Formats: sequence, C-alpha cells, structure tokens
Amino acid sequence: MSGGRDQILGSIRAGLGRGRLDAATEATLTESLKAHRRNLVPARAAALDHAGQIALFIAMAEEVDATIARVADTDAVPAAVADYLTGQNLPARLVMTPDPQLDPIPWNNRPMLEIRRGRAEDGDAVGVTACFAAIAETGTLMLLSGPDSPTRNNFLPDTHVVVLRASQVVAAYEEGWDRLRAKGAMPRTVNFITGPSRTGDIEQRLVLGAHGPRRLHIVLIDDAGA
Amino acid sequence: MQPTSHDFKANAHRALGDKNLQRAMGMMRTGFPEKRAMAIARMPEFDALRDDGIAIKQQVLKHLDFYLETFEKNVIATGGQVHWCRNAQEARETVLALCRALDAKTVTKGKSMVSEEIALNDFLEANGVVPVETDLGEYIVQIRHETPSHIIAPAVHLVKEQVAESFRATHTQFPHDRNLDEPRTLCDEARTVLREKFLAADVGITGANFLIAETGSSIIVTNEGNGDLTQILPRAHIVLASIEKVVPTLEDAATLLRLLARSATGQEFSTYTTISTGPRRETDTDGPGQYHVVLIDNGRTALLGGEFEDMLRCIRCAACLNHCPVYGAVGGHAYGWVYSGPMGAVLTPTLIGIEEAGHLPNASTFCGRCESVCPMRIPLPRMMRAWRAREFAKKLGPKTARWGLAIWAYAAKRPALYRTMSAMASRVLGLLGRARGRFRSLPLASGWTDMRDMPAPEGKSFMTLWAEQQKKAAR
Amino acid sequence: MAEPVRVALFVTCLVDLFRPTVGFAAIKLLEDAGCTVTVPTAQTCCGQPAYNSGDREDAKAIARQVVAAFADFDYVVVPSGSCGGMIKAHYPLLLAEEPAVADDAKALAARTFELISFLVDVLKRPDIAARYDGVATYHDACSGLRELGIKDQPRHLLAQVSGLTLKEMTTPEVCCGFGGTFCVKYPEISDKMVTDKAVDIAATGADTLLCGDMGCLLNMAGKLARLGSGIRVRHVAEVLAGMTDDVAPIGHVAPDKA
Repeated sequence: MSGGRDQILGSIRAGLGRGRLDAATEATLTESLKAHRRNLVPARAAALDHAGQIALFIAMAEEVDATIARVADTDAVPAAVADYLTGQNLPARLVMTPDPQLDPIPWNNRPMLEIRRGRAEDGDAVGVTACFAAIAETGTLMLLSGPDSPTRNNFLPDTHVVVLRASQVVAAYEEGWDRLRAKGAMPRTVNFITGPSRTGDIEQRLVLGAHGPRRLHIVLIDDAGA
Repeated sequence: MQPTSHDFKANAHRALGDKNLQRAMGMMRTGFPEKRAMAIARMPEFDALRDDGIAIKQQVLKHLDFYLETFEKNVIATGGQVHWCRNAQEARETVLALCRALDAKTVTKGKSMVSEEIALNDFLEANGVVPVETDLGEYIVQIRHETPSHIIAPAVHLVKEQVAESFRATHTQFPHDRNLDEPRTLCDEARTVLREKFLAADVGITGANFLIAETGSSIIVTNEGNGDLTQILPRAHIVLASIEKVVPTLEDAATLLRLLARSATGQEFSTYTTISTGPRRETDTDGPGQYHVVLIDNGRTALLGGEFEDMLRCIRCAACLNHCPVYGAVGGHAYGWVYSGPMGAVLTPTLIGIEEAGHLPNASTFCGRCESVCPMRIPLPRMMRAWRAREFAKKLGPKTARWGLAIWAYAAKRPALYRTMSAMASRVLGLLGRARGRFRSLPLASGWTDMRDMPAPEGKSFMTLWAEQQKKAAR
Repeated sequence: MAEPVRVALFVTCLVDLFRPTVGFAAIKLLEDAGCTVTVPTAQTCCGQPAYNSGDREDAKAIARQVVAAFADFDYVVVPSGSCGGMIKAHYPLLLAEEPAVADDAKALAARTFELISFLVDVLKRPDIAARYDGVATYHDACSGLRELGIKDQPRHLLAQVSGLTLKEMTTPEVCCGFGGTFCVKYPEISDKMVTDKAVDIAATGADTLLCGDMGCLLNMAGKLARLGSGIRVRHVAEVLAGMTDDVAPIGHVAPDKA
C-alpha cells in the first residue's frame, strides 16, 4: 500500500506545516541516531562500584521473586543446579541451550543430572540457559536469541535456571545496549527478564507463572575478581 | 466495535448498580495508586525522567516522517516488512491478507489496544481466521464476549467468581465440579488451555509499546510472557502499531520504559521487555519466519499541529485511569468505546467524533489527578475543556444547560445586577432554610437534592453585609 | 515598618451567596497579619461555570471584568483554591490571545493567591491564635492541591489552633465529586464519589470536616447531612480566624436558633 505510505507521510508534513525535511536536517537527525546519546540514567545503580551493583542486582531480582545461588566458580555450578532442583522437588531432567557459554561447566560432575542440549519443547519442565548481561538497576536479565540460544527456552519450561557470571552484571540498560552494539548486529530477539512470569489480571492478586516460567533461578558465578 | 459513548449516562447507571463491578473497582482504586506511589518514592529522578521522556516524544512528533521512514528502512534491512495503513479498514484487510497468504487458521494475540481500535478480532473471525487472545485478562473478556474495560488490565471490572463461571462454561473439557476458587487455579487452567493454542497457532499478532527507528525493532512489555510465546512460536509475527509509537533509539526506549512500568502497575520494570527485530535469522533454531509491522494512522496525523497533539505523547500506561475517580466509580465499559478514563475522554472524540462521544470530556470534575500522574504530563483536563468548547460552539450540549448558563452569564457580566440577584437569593433561601439549615429538596435543583441536602445560605449575601458594614463605619 | 500590604479580596460567588462568614474570616486573618483589605464591588464570579462548560466568550468577558476590577492592588486573595486557580492558572491561557489584556491577566495571576497559601507562603506570618475544640479531618480540594500546591499550608496553620487535633483520611486527595456543574450533570457518579468520601471522613472518627473550598464543602456537608451524620463541616478560614461561634456549621443551625 504505497499510496497509504505517501498519504500518511503527506498528512504528517501537512500537520507539521512543512514539506519533506531538507537533506541537511535529515543528515543531522541521522547523525544524532548514531550518537546513541544517553538520557538521564538513575543514580541507583550507576553510582555504585561493581560489587555494589552485584549486590543491588541480587536484591532487586529477589524482590521480584527470582531466587539466586551465588557460587565461587564454574565448577560449582552443577551442584548448585542439582541442589536447587532437589530443594524444589523438581526432576533432575533438564533441557539446556547449546550455548558455548555453558560448555566449560563440568556437568559430568553431577551424573544424576539428565541433560539434553537443544531447543525446548512443550513438556520440558526445567530449562537451563546462559545469558548476555544483567541489569543491576532492576534485577533484570538480558538474553539474546541466536543459533545456540533459542528464545523459546526462556519461556516454555516451568522452571528457568539462568547461569550468570558476575562480570556480566552492569548498572543500567544503557550499558546493555553498549555491550550489544559492541557484539555486532541486533539479534532477532532481545529478552529482558525481571523475575518469573506473573499476572495480576484477576482481582489484582499476584499469581506467578502465567504463561512463562513459574520459577526463575539464577546461578551467579563470582568470576575473576569481577 | 459499535460505540455506546452517547449512552454514557445509562452505561454509568448500570455500572453503579453492578455489585460485582463495584467490588472489583473498589480493589482497583486502592491497588494501583498505592503501588505507583511506592515505586515513584523509590526513584528520586522520576520527575527528571519525565522531562526526558517528554522531550523524546516531542522530538519524535516534530520529525515523525523522518523517524517512520528510518524505522521502515531498518525493518526492511533486517528482513521484515512494513505496511502503511491509513485507517482501520486498511489495517484489518492488511492483516487478513497476511494471514491468508500463510494459509493461517488460528492466530494467537498479545494484548493490543490498537487491535481493539480497528476491531480486528471480529473481522478475522468473520473471514475464517480464529483469533485467540492470550493475555489472561484479555482472554477472559474474549470468552465472555466483552471488550477490555482497562487498557492494561482488561478484566479489572470482574471478580474471580465471574471468571470461574466463564471458565466452566467455556472449558468444557474439564470436570465441571473442579475447584476454581482462587486466581491461582484460574490462572493455571488458562495456562493449560492457552499453551495448546500457542503451540498450534499459525500467526502471532502483538501490539508494540515502542518502535525503534535506529534498529527497526518493536518492543512489547508483558508480565505473563504471553506476548513472547505469541511471537516466537508461529510462522509469522505481525506487529500492529499506531504511528506515534516510534522513538529514535534504544536509549530513548530505556527512558520511556523506566516511566512506563512504574506509572502503570508500580513495578520497577515489567517482567518481560522484548525487543524484536526482523524474522528469525538463518541460523536461528526458533522464531518467526516472517516479521510484519502494520503501521496505522487512523486519525493520528490529524492531531499533529492541533490542540490535541499532546495526546500523541501518550504511552498507554493507564495511570490516568487508575487515578481517575470517575473511572474508578463506573469502570471502562461505561465510556462506550475502546479507550476509557481521562485519556479516553480526550482521545475517543478524536477517533469517533464529539457528536458520539460528547459525554466523555464532560464527565470529569477536573480534579486534575490524571495530569498529575501522567508520566508524559499530558494536559488532559485542558484538552477535555477544549472538547467542551468545541461542543459548545457546535451547540451540542443539552438545551436547558445552555439556557441556564446564558442567563447566569448575563448576570455575571453585570456586577450591580448580579449583586442584587445574589442578595435576593441569599435572603430568600436563607429564610426558607432557617429552621433546618438545609433543604432536602429544592425546585430546579433535583440534580443536587436527589443525592444530598442543600445547605442553606446564612441569610444575607457577603456583599450586602459588607456594604452595611462599610456604611456603618463611614458614619 | 513598611507600608501595609494592600490586598483585594475576591469573595467568590459561593461565599457571597452561602457563607459570608468565610469572607469576614478571610478579612480578619488578613488584617491580623497586617494587611489592609478592600473588597472591589465590581466582582461577581471568576467565570469558571462558563469556562468549564466550553463557553469561552462569556468566560473571557468575565475574566476581563475581574482583571480590570482587581488591577490596582498589591495582592488579590481568594478564599478558594478553585477560583484562585482559575485566576492564577487559567486566566493567562484564556486571555493569551487578547493583546489588550494578556499582560494584565498574567500580572494579575502573579499577584493572586489562595488565602491559606497567601498567609503561609507570601506573608510568612502564620501566627494563629484561635481555639477550636474538636477532632478535625482536612479534605484537600483538588484545584488548590494540584493547581496551586496547597497541601502542607493549612495543616501547618491548623497545628497552631489550640484544642484541635487533626486526623487524616485514607485518601484526602481524592476528589469529593463536586466538580462544579459536574455534580448536577452526572449526579449518580457524583453521588458515588461523595458517598465514598463520606465513608473515608467517617472512618477517621473526626467530629469536624474542614476544607478550603465552598463548592466541595457544600457537597460534602450536604451528603453527610443526608446520611444523618453529625459531623460539623466548616471552611478552614472560620476555624483559623476563631469565628466558629459566629455561625453554625454548614447546613446546620445554631442550637439557640433551631
């Protein structure tokens, strides 16, 4: 409907009382898009040192019903996952994204964990994924889609376990954008996840696990003096 | 949707007598405002964020053509398509054509108010495509054959017993005597039912909270995750968005997102904020094969440059609804069309005409709470007043009210006459009301005295007493 | 000592008609604070009924009349946030396109204050010597609260009234449902709002309801009376000026006259 396109653009210009922007103005606007100028970033996280940001991330995530296990190193992750599943009375069978970030973890240390690497399907009770970054300001995880990180793994399993490294914690969304741009092109999907799925649609009473995971568990690795 | 805004009074009367609705609205009136207040108290920069947010939207509106063209360019560059639709009909037909091209039988939908605005569901259904709403509240109103009564909490007018009743009537696959007493069990049942729908859908349709010009992305926020399952499982993702949703950069979106959740539900951040760019990449193992953005004007461009332009800053957070005492009294359906509360009172007349929607900007006490909580500081009372001025100029209001006003104004412009009349009224009413100090009924004032007593004047007008006092002092 | 501050009182139509005592209370408070008070006779109403009904022409005519009548004073003081807000926040907008008076309207707006705000924010002389025996709750009238930022000022002054205890409602900032012509155009909705307000007032256990706006006071007093409540309803100025013995609460008669 190219007629619609031209008419809409024409009506916009008529409403604004001008014609098409001149080339110089368009060039300025294009440049300003590329500048990625930040607006005000709240001091809440930005004013803290990295240790403070990690502590804030934990506090904010717990406030929205995520649970967090802090471990000293990669080696401790399988036990942390297994303990969590046992503690929740969940099966030790899980689907894990083929994300290379999860490869260095010695999963074989816990042979009781039955792991399938790949895409989640309906019926998968527990999913484990890595993530791209975490935002201290609101306790938010940032996950990207990609060949090794299908988005559905973040939503289909009832329990979502996320392996996060402390060095991935940043203060604000804006730092997430910077890291994303440094990585390259936009992925199909960027998921910001703040706690497990919820709804208040019936009498404003909070119920966890509306359509997405009922539980969000974060295993936080204190990597390399981060 | 056939508007019933002209029946606002009758709608409101019904709502005020509806016990379930009143119980539900009672919960809403305290819940949302308290949560918002707490969230804002924790964000000392909130007002500064508002300033930034307003500046972003103003910048967009000033260069709307540029940002839309840039957005389109970047959608195409990432493998998606943009469809420009001037009005509701074009938008409906565009969506249907996309569904037909994919031979789609069912579509899942994330909550989208512009979808309600263009009345998409009825149209798809009439043309053999089954739309399934997946936001819990929106699903509830869909199976009840109702419309959302609130722009972010569609079923806010219902109590859980009504939801249980509707689930029993609709989900006949389950034992009739199952327990549906609590929101928890209701939610679990909806989850089970809708999970199958997600897995079976051919197309997923969502709205957009924001479109990002710089990247050609759309952003949705949900708490349930329904918007995500809607868009990643089917073969195509169709985004419905009105043209004013575009913002320049991801940085700008971050600022507006900080305002949105706090204003809407009092959350620090919605559970799921999802940025979608194009269809799945070649090496991806999931995601939609097609990505379409249906850009809808439907009256927006007509607001640019006019006295309702500020309305285009609206980010649909519903803070104005949540804090409006009139909305809180009668709920959203009384407003008779898609948008309700103060934002609806301003926006609806622009979309369906002041002749149909004249009650909406009139049904306000101008208490100003809406403007005070609006993250975009939209001057809602000022614009409601502007509608009243247009209505007055068109002589649309009730005749008796206009005559009464004309007589009053005649006197108010003549101080000596006014003083005499006021003195007389004060004297007469004062005498008549002397025994009780108030009236239970008064001729020509039944609108007042049907509901409450009318206190009687003291007996002499201030101006009379003042003149007497001045005379005495001069002697 | 500097020249006394010359204040013009904008009485407001509802005080003129229903509650002259509020006007005299305002004068007493202003005079006690060292002002000389004049009451220009060329005043009727601020024009809000026309303005809020969409009748811009009559609203402008009335506004021009007020601008002219109140031109020559240091300050204009109004015992109402609603009428004060009309002059202060809306006249400049309403008359913006009228070159002959636009500047005068702006100047008037700058000199105009709601009574309580004037005493506290401008005169900074909040010495109140009144006594009132009772437990009061205070309703924040909408225009005063949101257009003029009146919230702490009345509470600050009431705290000095001996014998008076203030107990807050759960939602003192929620509209009472008056809204000028709203209450007769949409009586059922207005009734719902004022009924909720009456419940909130009663829940405080207060024996007195105070507020700074006659419209809201008439609405709430009328509803409380209809509900059979004995709560005494008064304009806050009556209490602050110590004039509660001069007149019965709104909608009541003094015991000796009944």
